[in-house]
Amino acid sequence: MKLGTFSYLPPMTPQQVRKQVEYILARGWCPAIEHTEAGRAAGSYWSMWNLPMFGEQSVDRVLAEAEACRKANPGHVVRLIGYDNIRQTLGTALVVHHA
Amino acid sequence: MAQPAAAAGKYSAGVKDYRQAYWQPHYAVKDTDLLACFKITPQAGVAREEAAAAVAAESSTGTWTTVWTDLLTDLEYYKGRAYRIEDVPGDDTCFYAFIAYPIDLFEEGSVVNVFTSLVGNVFGFKAIRALRLEDVRFPIAYVMTCGGPPHGIQVERDKMDKYGRPLLGCTIKPKLGLSAKNYGRAVYEVLRGGLDFTKDDENVNSQPFMRWRDRFAFVAEAIRKAEGETGERKGHYLNVTAPTPEQMYQRAEFAKELGMPIIMHDFLTGGFCANTGLANWCRENGVLLHIHRAMHAVIDRDRHHGIHFRVLLKALRLSGGDHLHTGTVVGKLEGDRQATLGWIDLLRERYVKEDRSRGIFFDQDWGSMPGAFAVASGGIHVWHMPALLAIFGDDAVFQFGGGTLGHPWGNAAGAAANRVALEACVEARNRGQDLEKEGKDILVAAARSSPELKAAMETWKEIKFEFDTVDKLDAVSA
Repeated sequence: MKLGTFSYLPPMTPQQVRKQVEYILARGWCPAIEHTEAGRAAGSYWSMWNLPMFGEQSVDRVLAEAEACRKANPGHVVRLIGYDNIRQTLGTALVVHHA
Repeated sequence: MAQPAAAAGKYSAGVKDYRQAYWQPHYAVKDTDLLACFKITPQAGVAREEAAAAVAAESSTGTWTTVWTDLLTDLEYYKGRAYRIEDVPGDDTCFYAFIAYPIDLFEEGSVVNVFTSLVGNVFGFKAIRALRLEDVRFPIAYVMTCGGPPHGIQVERDKMDKYGRPLLGCTIKPKLGLSAKNYGRAVYEVLRGGLDFTKDDENVNSQPFMRWRDRFAFVAEAIRKAEGETGERKGHYLNVTAPTPEQMYQRAEFAKELGMPIIMHDFLTGGFCANTGLANWCRENGVLLHIHRAMHAVIDRDRHHGIHFRVLLKALRLSGGDHLHTGTVVGKLEGDRQATLGWIDLLRERYVKEDRSRGIFFDQDWGSMPGAFAVASGGIHVWHMPALLAIFGDDAVFQFGGGTLGHPWGNAAGAAANRVALEACVEARNRGQDLEKEGKDILVAAARSSPELKAAMETWKEIKFEFDTVDKLDAVSA
């Protein structure tokens, strides 16, 4: 099964994920973390891990939230979203932890 | 007591110079006026002002002679007028004429009516040797009477669940002659391999070798199977372009019955009337609409006569479509880079400023009308991916036909190669790499973990399409 953008590339290294977080913040998008059980990824909605991180500028804090979500939800897939509020869409969405 | 304007003048029959009534260099353009820029090549001996006024007259209220019924209306209010003339830099055979039309001249929401006026009889007018409609400013008041794209970029991304990258498509080939079942096989292979969409070729309608109902049914099965295997949402542009509107709607209804997310129409051969109706149907029925542009080059390629593509594109955005073919810049078909950047802005953005270096003659405000995806299609393959992403950005569909199906290991491998190449380029762009300078390195690195991409890169290494463009942008004065 494939899970969206970048799912045809080898799993990203922590350094690569960090660069994507930098990109989200540099674009002015709002980072957010979501998770779901591995077999239930098809729908539009996954569970939110807390609220989107409005105004967050720290790459480390975004990565720490993703890590906290992973630890609290064993066996779940974790994705990172960049909300683009101007265009009312997701600027990007990528899986940062495969179950 | 003041006399009404019409009663004030006396009727005098006969032919008058157009410029007496239709050349108004001091006219103050209104926000509600529809503005047009024509490139006029006059016949020898015809003054610029007279030619410009003639175009204004013949595309609005005027005819060749005075008629008594002119005095029964307020022609000062209803007429179009030429208000500016400019040189075309580097070409003294022609000039630009700017014409303002009052909004009342046009039926609300009718691209058909606007174009019947603007590019009607006037294009065969004897006093001009050639005439080209370069650009049109649609006033926001008129834009808001049109339906526009049935869904737009943002809704399509949500419906298809694709974010942060361009979408990928593939036109099924050979474009004519496959049976419906074999055609569905080709669709399935491409979609399971990693592309988002496949596409009917524009000339696939409902020929004896493959009737539309059979094609739709097999394609639907292919989509469902590919979705089940990949967990991703997939679509095929089911071409509903048909001989009559009734048949077009019948095909669209069947696509909806099958649960298909997207259908397709050819807006120029099908016509603006059919296209606007179909776009409305798509909006009401939740089906995305892909628009092909067969016949455009007949109309837009000549630099002195016809309609520029940016105008056809504006017509389509008003009439309605969620995708429109815009050329690739880098592939086998015509398309100047700066001009293409200009018109893809006109297709996608909310507000576009006048920019002569991109061939844009007017500010254009689209208000709340959604934007549509630019589709780059025609002779492109994996090696073009970095340039395509740099030129088009994310809100585009890259359409690889031969560049998918021509892979030495077949469609699924070709699709995977394109998907890997695209994702590698997006990943690299996001971390700050320069796609056009470092494109080769990005692809070579990605191919290390993708044998499909490696094989594709070896297959198409030598293919280039380096001919000069025929429809170049006009020079811009310094």
